[in-house]
Amino acid sequence: MEKTLLLAHRSEFFRAVRSFFYDAGFIEVETPVKIHAPAPEEYIESVRSEGDFLRTSPELAMKVLLSEGCERIFQIGSCFRADEVGRKHLEEFTMLEFYAVSWNYRELAEFTAAMLKSASGNDPLFGDFEFITVDEAFRRYAGVSAFDADREDSFDELMVTKIEPELGREKLTFLTDYPASRASLARLSAANPAVAERWELYRNGLELGNAFGELTDATEQRKRFAAANAFRAAHGMHAYPEPTAFYRALDRGLPESSGCAIGMDRLLMLLCGAEDIRQVRA
Amino acid sequence: MYNASDLKKGLKIEIDGAPWIITEFEFCKPGKGTALYRCKMKNMITGAGMEKTYRPTDKIDKPDLEEREMIYGYYDGHHYVFSDPNTYEEFPVSEETLGDSKYFLIEEATCNFVLFNGEPIEITLPTFIEKEITETEPGARGDTATNVMKPAKIDNGFEIQVPLFINQGDVIRIDTRTGTYAERVSKA
Repeated sequence: MEKTLLLAHRSEFFRAVRSFFYDAGFIEVETPVKIHAPAPEEYIESVRSEGDFLRTSPELAMKVLLSEGCERIFQIGSCFRADEVGRKHLEEFTMLEFYAVSWNYRELAEFTAAMLKSASGNDPLFGDFEFITVDEAFRRYAGVSAFDADREDSFDELMVTKIEPELGREKLTFLTDYPASRASLARLSAANPAVAERWELYRNGLELGNAFGELTDATEQRKRFAAANAFRAAHGMHAYPEPTAFYRALDRGLPESSGCAIGMDRLLMLLCGAEDIRQVRA
Repeated sequence: MYNASDLKKGLKIEIDGAPWIITEFEFCKPGKGTALYRCKMKNMITGAGMEKTYRPTDKIDKPDLEEREMIYGYYDGHHYVFSDPNTYEEFPVSEETLGDSKYFLIEEATCNFVLFNGEPIEITLPTFIEKEITETEPGARGDTATNVMKPAKIDNGFEIQVPLFINQGDVIRIDTRTGTYAERVSKA
């Protein structure tokens, strides 16, 4: 597709996404791009900026807004991740992130599917959707349980080589219920604490987004960030500063909520049939 | 040593003492997981294919590879002997390494060598060489069709398919990459 045409397509899609959120009662927010403390995550590297960092995601800042009383918020903006360059990765990319108070992660998935269907103008890519648990996917496509793969440290390799290529072949696929060790900022399932209320979204083998039933327990969250920082230090990566504003928000009380982050450029790759993420950006 | 982040298509690496060239490369990062570098590669000696996935902390050996121009000299009864035009250093090469290329060697021809740990693993001949046909059924007079072929032999016994109009004593040009007839150079 020609660049000017593609950018027009991109713009139209952005407008449709925004419309959908406005119509659903969400307000659009802008949180700082240059921040003091990104969420400490095992494998996500920040780009530094004069003693601060460029955000890897707007997650912590948006959760602070939830604690201050915002109930439906979304944001579209640039995020930065160091050392991520490839056909599907860019150091700077555009993220759509949204949160809804009182929804569970399953309701958020249904909302996300409806949003994609509507914003894409009923594109057949987003016509129908399905749920599959991480463990079912591992058993079906790799012949092992996800929990064993996690224990044997082959989870990521199997995910990339065996699982992901199979996901979303026919329809939008929500890969749900990650092993608790991979909960990240998700709360554990009350029904089955071996898994976290987390899903990732796939279509045609391409990972589009990630969502959590948000962890609201301040003690547990501090413990997880401390563990992530300890992991980073043990593996020769720098630890991140304490996200004090986010901790204060947790102490004040984060409402029951779910949130999702979607790579807008990846969506455009699918919609435009682009092989390389650079093709869909100005 | 290479770091995993150095990996890319076309890079040559060493695994368990063998040289491999990366033919396909993809950076991957499953949600919240570690970065992974997926490589498809080809063994530069055997041609065998393999897939391998590296993590950011992996170190990869760098093969000792060198490209050099060599001049073909003579066959000593066991080996085909080449020499470096600058140092006159001789490089005997076995039949197995040369494969069918041995039939297309011409004295004084400049060939390109890829050396791995000092041993030749890949030898590229001049793309076209000329050889005389020593044996073939007489051609049908006036038949200039180039799409109907018949067997013929060159001086060293190598059998090659040539058009019907080629006769014994004709000199032809051969494409050494494929070992096939290219065109007639002169008539007997």
